[in-house]
Amino acid sequence: MNSATQLNRLAVLDHSRLARSQEGSSRKGHISVRNVQVEFGSDAGRRVAVQDANLEIRPGEFVCLLGPSGCGKSTLLNAVAGFVEPCAGELRVDGQRVKGPGPERGMVFQQHSLFPWKTVKENVAFGPLMAGVGKFEADQVGRTFLGLVGLSAYEDAFPETLSGGMQQRVGIARALANYPSVLLMDEPFGALDAQTRIMMQENLLDIWREFHNTVLFVTHDIDEAVFLSDRIVVMSASPGRIIADIPVRLPRPRSQDLLTEPAFIALKRECLALIRQETLHAFEQQNATH
Amino acid sequence: MSVKPSPVFKPVEAPSVPVHEVPPVAVLPVANAPRRKVPPRVRRYLVRSLALLVALLLWQLASSTGFELFVKFENVPTPVAVWQALLVELSSGEFYLHILHSLQRIGIAFALAAVLGVSLGIAMGRSPLAEDIILPYIELLRPIPAVAWIPLAILMMPSEESSIIFITFLGALFPVVLNTCQGVEQSSKLLVRAARSLGASRTAILWHVVIPGAMPSIVTGLAVGMGVAWFSLLAGEIISGQYGIGYFTWASYTLIEYPKIIIGMLAIGGLGTLCTLLVRLACSPLLRWQKRGGH
Repeated sequence: MNSATQLNRLAVLDHSRLARSQEGSSRKGHISVRNVQVEFGSDAGRRVAVQDANLEIRPGEFVCLLGPSGCGKSTLLNAVAGFVEPCAGELRVDGQRVKGPGPERGMVFQQHSLFPWKTVKENVAFGPLMAGVGKFEADQVGRTFLGLVGLSAYEDAFPETLSGGMQQRVGIARALANYPSVLLMDEPFGALDAQTRIMMQENLLDIWREFHNTVLFVTHDIDEAVFLSDRIVVMSASPGRIIADIPVRLPRPRSQDLLTEPAFIALKRECLALIRQETLHAFEQQNATH
Repeated sequence: MSVKPSPVFKPVEAPSVPVHEVPPVAVLPVANAPRRKVPPRVRRYLVRSLALLVALLLWQLASSTGFELFVKFENVPTPVAVWQALLVELSSGEFYLHILHSLQRIGIAFALAAVLGVSLGIAMGRSPLAEDIILPYIELLRPIPAVAWIPLAILMMPSEESSIIFITFLGALFPVVLNTCQGVEQSSKLLVRAARSLGASRTAILWHVVIPGAMPSIVTGLAVGMGVAWFSLLAGEIISGQYGIGYFTWASYTLIEYPKIIIGMLAIGGLGTLCTLLVRLACSPLLRWQKRGGH
C-alpha cells in the first residue's frame, strides 16, 4: 500500500465528516486524566492497578503509553475507553466525563476482536450500522474504510481466513469507520511478526496523517513508541503509575529509515536511560519504605 | 533452446536418474498390478460392505435353521422375508400414513421445543435471575425419562395425540435449553467490549454478538434434541396412539407380523438420522463462518 494509491482511496471518504473532525482538531479529542486510581478486587485481595495517574493529551496528539507488562497501561487505556471504572479521580474526553464505552472513542484490541460470523465488510460497517445509518449506507462506509487499509479484495471473506496483520488492519478500519475523535489502541501490533509490524506502523502513521485524531497507543516496545508518537508516557509496575513523560521531536512524516538514524537512536537511548533511572529510583523508594 | 549442457551441470543431473532404484527383478507378477490400483478408500468401503453382508448371511442362516442358544432365532424373520414385506409395505398407503403421523408429531413438538428452549436458554444465559428461577425446574425434571411421563401426560392432556406431542416436546426441550444457555454464557467478553465501543446497545449486542456466538452450541442442542425427540416419540407411540411408526412396530408384534417389526425398526433409525441431518443442514447457513479457509 503506497501513499499515492492510499490518497486516491481517501478521495472516497466522507470529506465533510473528515473535515469536521480535522477542523475540530483544535477542540475535539482532548483527553484529561486527573488523579485517576483504578483498583481491582476488594479488601484483602485488593490490588492497585493504576495509582494517581495524571495526564493531559491535546487533540490530534499521538501518545504512547510505554511500560512492562502488568504496569497498568492497558488498565488506564481501558479506563479511558470506559470499560473499567476508576475508583477515584476524574476522566474526561472533550470535557465529557467518561461513563462507559462510546463510538467517539474507537478501540483497537490486540487480536481476535473481529466478529468471526460477520464478513470483513460487515465488521467494518458495524459501527455505522449501530449509529443508525441504513444498511446500504453502512456497507458503503465499510467498503470505503476497507479501501483505506487496502483490503477491498477481501470484503466478503470471514476474518479467520485472513492473516493476523490483515485482521488488525480490519480492526483499525472498523474503529475509524465511526470517525472517532480518539483512537485507543491496546498493543495492536503486539502479536505480529517484526516485518508486518513495521509495515503496520507506517500504515498507521499514514492513516493518522489524514484523520489527525488523538491516538492513545499502548505498547511495551520502545522502538515502536519512539517511531510512532509525539510523546511517550512511561509507566512502572506495582503499583502502576506514570513515571516519565518524554516528548518525541522527530520530524514527520516518518518512515522505517528513521529506525537507523542517529536522532532516533539517541532518543531511544535517552528513553532507556530515563526508564532505567526512574525504575531504579522507584526500587530505592520501595526498599526505603520497607 | 539448443544450448548444450555444460559439463558443470552434468554431474548435478546424474543422480536424478536413480540407477539403483530400478528393481533388480524387473518382471513382477502381472496379477498383482490391478489389485494395487484399487484406491485405499474404496477398499475400506468394500470391507465395510462385506462385513455387513456377512452379518446378513449369518442372520439368514440363523433364522432359516431356527438357531437357538440362549438367543432364539425361531421367530425372527429372515432377511429375505423382511425384504419381501418391505416391498409390500412400500406399495401400501398405510405405511406412509404411519410415517406421516410420526413426522407431524415430531414437527410440532420439535418446533415448540426449539422456540421455547432457545428463548429460555438465552434468558438463562443473560440473566442470573432468570437462571435462578428456571434452573431448579430443569435440574428436577431433566433426569426423568420421557417414558416415565406417559401416565401423567395421558391424565393431564386433553387427547392421546397431544399427550404424545407433549412427551416428545419434553424430550427435545432439555438439550436445547442447556446447550443454548451454555453457548450464551460462553460468549466472548472481548467481542462484547468491541461491540460496546462501536456503539452497540444491549439488544444489538444480543443479536449481533451473543446469539451468533452461541449458534454452534444452539445447533448442537437442536441436533441432540431431535434425537431425543424421536426416542420420546416412539415411547409415546408404542404405549398410546393409533398411528405412527412406533405404533406400527409394536402393532406388528401383537399382530404376529414379525417381518414388519424389522421394517419399523429400520424406518425409525432412518427417519431419526434423516431428521437430525435436516436440522444440521437447515442451520448450516448460520454457521458458514466456521468453515475455516473455505474458498
